Amino acid sequence: MKPPQFEYQRALTIEEAIAARAANDNTAILAGGQSLLPTLNFRLGAPDSLIDISRIPSLSQIEITDSEVKIGAMVRQRQVEIHDEINQANPLLRETLAHVAHLVIRNRGTVVGSLAHADAAAELPSVLLTCDGRVEVVGPNGARSIAADEFFRFHLTTALKPDELVTAACFPVLAPGTGWAFGEIARRRGDYAIAGVCVVLSVDSNGNCTSASLGACGIGSRPIRLHGAEKILVGSRLDEDAIAAAGDAAREAVETPDDTQASQAYRQQVLATLVRRNVVRAAARAGAPA
Amino acid sequence: MSKKIRSAAPKAATDSTAEISLTINGEAITREVSTRRLLSDFLRHELGLTGTHVGCEHGVCGCCTVIIDGWAGRSCLTLAVQADGADIRTVESLAADDGTLHAVQQAFHECHALQCGFCTPGFLMSLVNYFERTPSPDLSEDGIRSVLAGNLCRCTGYQNIVAAVRRAAELLNVEGAKS
Ligand SMILES: Cc1cc2nc3c(=O)[nH]c(=O)nc-3n(C[C@H](O)[C@H](O)[C@H](O)COP(=O)(O)OP(=O)(O)OC[C@H]3O[C@@H](n4cnc5c(N)ncnc54)[C@H](O)[C@@H]3O)c2cc1C
Ligand code: FES
Ligand code: FES
Repeated sequence: MKPPQFEYQRALTIEEAIAARAANDNTAILAGGQSLLPTLNFRLGAPDSLIDISRIPSLSQIEITDSEVKIGAMVRQRQVEIHDEINQANPLLRETLAHVAHLVIRNRGTVVGSLAHADAAAELPSVLLTCDGRVEVVGPNGARSIAADEFFRFHLTTALKPDELVTAACFPVLAPGTGWAFGEIARRRGDYAIAGVCVVLSVDSNGNCTSASLGACGIGSRPIRLHGAEKILVGSRLDEDAIAAAGDAAREAVETPDDTQASQAYRQQVLATLVRRNVVRAAARAGAPA
Repeated sequence: MSKKIRSAAPKAATDSTAEISLTINGEAITREVSTRRLLSDFLRHELGLTGTHVGCEHGVCGCCTVIIDGWAGRSCLTLAVQADGADIRTVESLAADDGTLHAVQQAFHECHALQCGFCTPGFLMSLVNYFERTPSPDLSEDGIRSVLAGNLCRCTGYQNIVAAVRRAAELLNVEGAKS
């Protein structure tokens, strides 16, 4: 179908975008449009005005420091995927982006747009959550930073206020020796996943796991940390028994009831399998003895 | 039972409009468009470039794919106003003026990679841009299918499209393509 009527506003600076945002409480930010345009074409949303932020130069910047990869709100998913320095700093982004939609969609969709859209099955929010990342936000009262576990509230719902704009997403740099993995099971390539699991862990020289962060998408109303599995892994030798126990412990995190894609029991099975597979891959990358 | 007769349709749309200037297949144009006009409809209905097809209007089928400022994108998920100042290429730009086909078109022709042809413009534009943008394309079965995953075809069963991608790589002298 075709989109409903709206006013189109093109912001050339962050200040202009915020002013347009503050002037009306029913606006939508237009970034890559890869989720917003389908929403409009389906007439699932009817904002009074769209604020196009694509011509604000500062939002296209990528900044890599010792501690963070900072991705501006207009940086396209594909740009991040093919960026070698980002891949060195946090290789989870490239591995994850390969599962996000299709190449042609990633050419236009932004990383920040995916986070702001906050689909509970979307891959990138679960990565931001697992890495303990954050987003930078600007509103009429200035800038603030929101931690990932604060930001994602519910399916398609974030802590962003209607007069605010996300200016950047900040993914922590993974320290050398960190193990990492993202993997998912979806019915077709490019689909939102039945479930996806992100793992970040570290191992000491004796082969003991010293830290483990696990997060999942597709299993509830927002990205979810798998604390039960994390507890089992930390302090273990990442042996087969510990990994199997972590997979089993993750099952109870599934909130999604039976739906058209999968029953709850099947989703639990998928989640347990993904936890095992991805912990094994992350452990190998951390240099843990097999 | 009498049905109420509808009042006359409004003569002019009440949509807000904007003037846009852009380059399409090398030609500069300026037009007044409704702000909610999709780029796909702008190309087809206002410019008569009906090579760009429209299937789903939500990004899934891929047949509306065009190249926007050097990157393939869905024209059904892009507003015409967003394309102000952009350089757009559509399927009409692929063949030379004398009718010589682009290597990817030639490969589709040779491999019988189309039947009804509805999906073909989208496959062509996605693949042309993939080859332009990817110095060493992954020509494994899995690699090719992952690139093709963003375009749906209801006719061919994809086998011949996969073969056409390999053939296009040969015609384009991509390193690693068997000849
Ligand atoms: C066919 C198809 C398949 C897809 N499959 C997947 C998939 O498997 N996994 C997945 O994760 N995603 C998928 N997507 C969605 C895709 O990743 C989108 O690109 C992304 O979700 C939104 O990014 P965008 O830049 O296009 O944002 P837009 O569509 O422009 O915006 C999305 C929403 O976020 C808001 N927003 C955007 N930027 C900001 C900002 N800076 N500040 C405040 N609000 C903002 C908008 O107002 C809007 O509500 C798919 C999309 C399509 C069309
Ligand atoms: S019409 Fe654009 S993707 Fe289907
Ligand atoms: S050839 Fe008919 S849809 Fe592809």
